[in-house]
Amino acid sequence: MYKHIFTAAFVAIAAFATIQTADAREIRIVGSSTVFPFSSANAEEFGATTRFKTPVVESTGSGGGFKLFCAGDDLNTPDISNASRRMKAKELELCAENGVKGITEAVIGYDGIAVAQSADNAPINLSREEIMLAVAAEVPSKDGKSLVANPYHYWNEINPDLPKRKIVIYGPPASSGTRDAFEDMILKHLTKHMDVYTNLYHADKVKNKAYKKFHKIRQDDVYVPSGENDNLIVQKLTKDKDAFGVFGYSFLEENKDKVSGALINGISPNPETISSGNYPLSRSLYFYIKHSHVGKVDGIQEYANLFMSEKQIGNNGTLLDIGLIALPEADRARYRKQVEELAKLTEGDLKK
Amino acid sequence: MNETFKLDENLLRKRYRAEKRFHAYGIIAIGLALAFILFFFIDVLSKGIPGFQTVQVQVEVDYSQVVADGNYRRVVQKDLVHIASRGWMRTVPMQLRNHPEMIGTKETIWVPAAFRVNQYIKGNEGHGLEQKYQALADELYKQGTIRKAIDWHFFTRGDSKLPEIAGVGASLVGSLVVMFITMILAVPIGVVTAVYLEEFSPDNMLTRTVEVNINNLAAIPSILFGLLGLAIFINFFGVPRSSALAGGMTLALMTLPIIIISTRAALRSVPNSIREGAFGVGASGLQVVWHHVLPLALPGILTGSIIGLAQALGETAPLLIVGMMAFIPEAPLSIYQASTVLPAQIYTWSSDSIRAFGELTAAGVIVLLTIMLMLNGLAIWLRQHTSRTW
Repeated sequence: MYKHIFTAAFVAIAAFATIQTADAREIRIVGSSTVFPFSSANAEEFGATTRFKTPVVESTGSGGGFKLFCAGDDLNTPDISNASRRMKAKELELCAENGVKGITEAVIGYDGIAVAQSADNAPINLSREEIMLAVAAEVPSKDGKSLVANPYHYWNEINPDLPKRKIVIYGPPASSGTRDAFEDMILKHLTKHMDVYTNLYHADKVKNKAYKKFHKIRQDDVYVPSGENDNLIVQKLTKDKDAFGVFGYSFLEENKDKVSGALINGISPNPETISSGNYPLSRSLYFYIKHSHVGKVDGIQEYANLFMSEKQIGNNGTLLDIGLIALPEADRARYRKQVEELAKLTEGDLKK
Repeated sequence: MNETFKLDENLLRKRYRAEKRFHAYGIIAIGLALAFILFFFIDVLSKGIPGFQTVQVQVEVDYSQVVADGNYRRVVQKDLVHIASRGWMRTVPMQLRNHPEMIGTKETIWVPAAFRVNQYIKGNEGHGLEQKYQALADELYKQGTIRKAIDWHFFTRGDSKLPEIAGVGASLVGSLVVMFITMILAVPIGVVTAVYLEEFSPDNMLTRTVEVNINNLAAIPSILFGLLGLAIFINFFGVPRSSALAGGMTLALMTLPIIIISTRAALRSVPNSIREGAFGVGASGLQVVWHHVLPLALPGILTGSIIGLAQALGETAPLLIVGMMAFIPEAPLSIYQASTVLPAQIYTWSSDSIRAFGELTAAGVIVLLTIMLMLNGLAIWLRQHTSRTW
């Protein structure tokens, strides 16, 4: 009896292992979790409306995506990498070292970063500086001459015009691309021009390197890192009326009945202000194509063209329904051309 | 009365009280556990059951040449373009290319409604349907050309970024294939390892080291098995990333220690007299194990294996590392093809910004729980039907 079971098992394994379709693989895409919904929506559209297979889209984070993308040139590596930030010169170098020579860069649109609160609260206007003073680990002292550990626990301590409301901010954890963007646009943007930080750096460039563009966030439970799932932050905001939450614009748009975005420097987050660049907290979303795989893996060029089409990312594009913010028309046309021609990304481009 | 027999009434009362308190603690603990489970079930069921329901709209489909040429929005009347699901509309041009004889015909059919309409009709908050379409949707619902129905396709379709056509079919198949690979690898290897360690191996430093390590492995965080799987299977042996094979082998690594430990416990519970009896009538070591010990230990082995596999079925962390946490809407046709699994699917849905995915997340959890319950039921059934008395 046992013999029969073994034979049956082996036959099953053998049969299973050999039903392998011999044709070429599908497109493989890795990268940013922010671009993931748009990229997979495009992949789905691509699979449903063309003869090509649906590409596999993996959410690895921007940095993780580049690591896989630049690991080599063979067909076991991804064809496209999504990113919620621009590729770094270092990453381009790594790519080149591993034999990935030709890469094309494309921008699909913008993502706004919302600083949101419960919709029950009165609208609030925060300046970039006020947010920085609320979250930075070290802030200028009263006389402005030295740095002290962040003493602020109520918003009216930062600015008497703000309400006496406890400072609580639920935001992305250190591993997240949204956190990088938040640090860049709130902290670095201001601290790199503030003498009280940079003087320290100039005094000792090795020891005080962190003060060149200071971006350390306080760790005394005022800024609460809340995991990668932005739906959880939205839920917390409905419970904790004092709190603010930091997350992508698409979650604000989809949860309008529960949360509202704080005005930043007097500007409310909406597609117009983000697209025009007036809303200060926004970033571009990118994807990168590996040239050597075009032609070897079916459909890469067609996938990229579909992604760049007006139908997807134009003013009435379907990706706008799920929270993408469109680029201005001229930029769309420029990037579309870049993708069609597979323009090669150079180190010079990244320094611009 | 003699002094020595006099009971200290106080002490006695104290002891009874302590006993009663202990009972109460036990009941409170069980009550709390039950309350948590009840809360979880009520929450998941109340959120998830609407997920099995779809909203459909009756449309007059016009299979015109324009549609066949790719302008799929022209397939329905103009006012229904934002009511009917785009996920259905966009498949029509391909359908017409495959069946050119349909071009020029018309038909009236029920198709899924767009997810915002779906949520609006179900009365969910945050549906996000524009005001101008709300009136139309109400009107059509009153007329009976929008209806609610049970969504059987939820079990056959794959993932989608459009909640109205998203389903668990592909990820269920993926989970089954991955579980099959895990099972055919982990169960035989685990059982043979346990039998050797328990019945044949000499008791020396080496085997004791192996033993300690196996017990250790059963307790390490599962994500480390993912890293191991990535390093060995994908980077070294070149198994395709995201494939069911990579996932199955990784989960097999994770399940092995559990199976080994439970098998050893089952073997140890077989009384020594049975082995001695078998040896006594001249059986060889292999015969003793194969004919006597294993059949008696089978219930324990099966239970341990099934529980180990059930744990693997709900695992996501190691699969994230080997690339199975991805958008893969199609079921795998072979073990080398990219595949996703049910828990990964649930996780992706839970982090999507579109509100309609909330009920799908809960519906996915219900499906996963049902499978778990079935597996555990199977374990109990097998234990009862394979156990022998001696």
